[in-house]
Amino acid sequence: MMVKFRPYVLTLFALLLSGCVHEGLRGTGDMGLVIERTDGSILIVDHSVGKSLGRIEGLGDLSHASAVYSRDERYAYIFGRDGGLTKVDILTRKIVGRVIQGGNSIGGAISQDGSLVAVSNYKPGGVKVFDSKTLDLVADVPAKEAGETKGSKTVGLVDAPGNKFVYGLYDAGEIWSLDFSKGRTPKITKYRDTGTQPYDGLITPEGRYYISGLFGEDGLSLLDLWHTDKGVKRILGGYGKGEKALPVYKMPHLEGWAVADDLAFLPAIGRHELLVVNRRTWEEVGRVPIHGQPVFAMGQPDGRYIWVNFALPHNDTIQVIDVETLKVIKTLKPGKGVLHMEFTPRGDKVWMSVRDANRVDIYDTSTFERLGHFEAKRPSGIFFTNRAHKIGL
Amino acid sequence: MKIFCLSSRTWLCVAILSLALFAPVSAKAELSDERKSELAYFLEQDCGSCHGLTRQGGLGSPLTPETVAETDDETLFDVIMNGIPGTPMPSWKPLFSQDEVHYLIKLIRKGKDYDG
Repeated sequence: MMVKFRPYVLTLFALLLSGCVHEGLRGTGDMGLVIERTDGSILIVDHSVGKSLGRIEGLGDLSHASAVYSRDERYAYIFGRDGGLTKVDILTRKIVGRVIQGGNSIGGAISQDGSLVAVSNYKPGGVKVFDSKTLDLVADVPAKEAGETKGSKTVGLVDAPGNKFVYGLYDAGEIWSLDFSKGRTPKITKYRDTGTQPYDGLITPEGRYYISGLFGEDGLSLLDLWHTDKGVKRILGGYGKGEKALPVYKMPHLEGWAVADDLAFLPAIGRHELLVVNRRTWEEVGRVPIHGQPVFAMGQPDGRYIWVNFALPHNDTIQVIDVETLKVIKTLKPGKGVLHMEFTPRGDKVWMSVRDANRVDIYDTSTFERLGHFEAKRPSGIFFTNRAHKIGL
Repeated sequence: MKIFCLSSRTWLCVAILSLALFAPVSAKAELSDERKSELAYFLEQDCGSCHGLTRQGGLGSPLTPETVAETDDETLFDVIMNGIPGTPMPSWKPLFSQDEVHYLIKLIRKGKDYDG
């Protein structure tokens, strides 16, 4: 049977439908979240319009909080300092799962296949792994040997190809890997004597090299995940030889892996320098003197510039380094407490949290001009959803 | 004349007012209220980076009143001023005066809920 609609009825339908699409459906590829560290809340943001869409509260102690995304870019997993793992639906802006999985945690990762979320703990130490859908516990791997009472703090937890997680043991000076490729009981591989006090770690964007930053010695440790039989080797050993180390008022973070051409840029510990390394030989090829102790050194997505923020008392400053000349080409002063930066996926803009000003600033990466800002309560980490498809983020 | 009738009360007010006015001045000779609130903020946010915003610990030890109860002021002062070699606890001497460190210790002992 044919149903005939009058034209105005069709128009009404069309209007209703377009209204629904506008209100009800949207992609998440230009969304993200901003941690509000003091209040235990997050802002859900849209980086196409440069705005906050709303706040979600009740996430606990969010000092040093970080986040990863489900591969559909809909759910964020937020790792709080108090051991809370919170799963948030960024579309409905609701908490859909929360477990207190440890006493004191420091970050996490999502597996290559998206099915597992791992959390790295300071107390009681070790790593716990959860089902990403239900947040049910899948594996609990204490960072201690049989007979030991105290577990090591775990740091620098990343995902690696082959459904693995790799992390460092701060107290033991080791690197461990958990292989979940054969099911939900991981195969644990332990690399011993990999350097004193690894404070953070990173994996190169293709997922081949895992690097531990060391606090207890000048240098870093490198594990080639394609050739694990070769063990862990030290790189940049003694980069501060003969120099008195400067105080480190905030630990650098290696998550913002800065790679451009054949070069990688790493924050030095106790020096006001970025170390420049050749990515094939892992030899030092230069140093860039900068304004203070670097915290994050992050490569702009096009690889042309490296953006750096600093520890106290220089945390009001951002410097931009030109990869071709290895020189600082711009010094910005967004305000006190610039804690984190995040680039839009193709790098047209960079967002930065200015904690003490309760503000998130948005800069144009080609002109270095501030394009806009919005209010956030003591903002720290900024995490856009495109991280969902990047190894190690 | 009425004013003079109230004079004793007025003088009392003046006395109280002057006390109130002078109090911050004498406090300023030690630490200004502004500096005190900066220090409280610093303790929460920047010490909090390693010791946790709730001071339950992190990379650094817990800093709750209970956990520092057994440690005397002198030791805390030494740790803040000189750091703990071989650990990430740096020397804060370049950033704070002795009085400021004493004030930070006072805040640590009062605990997180004390708002400065």
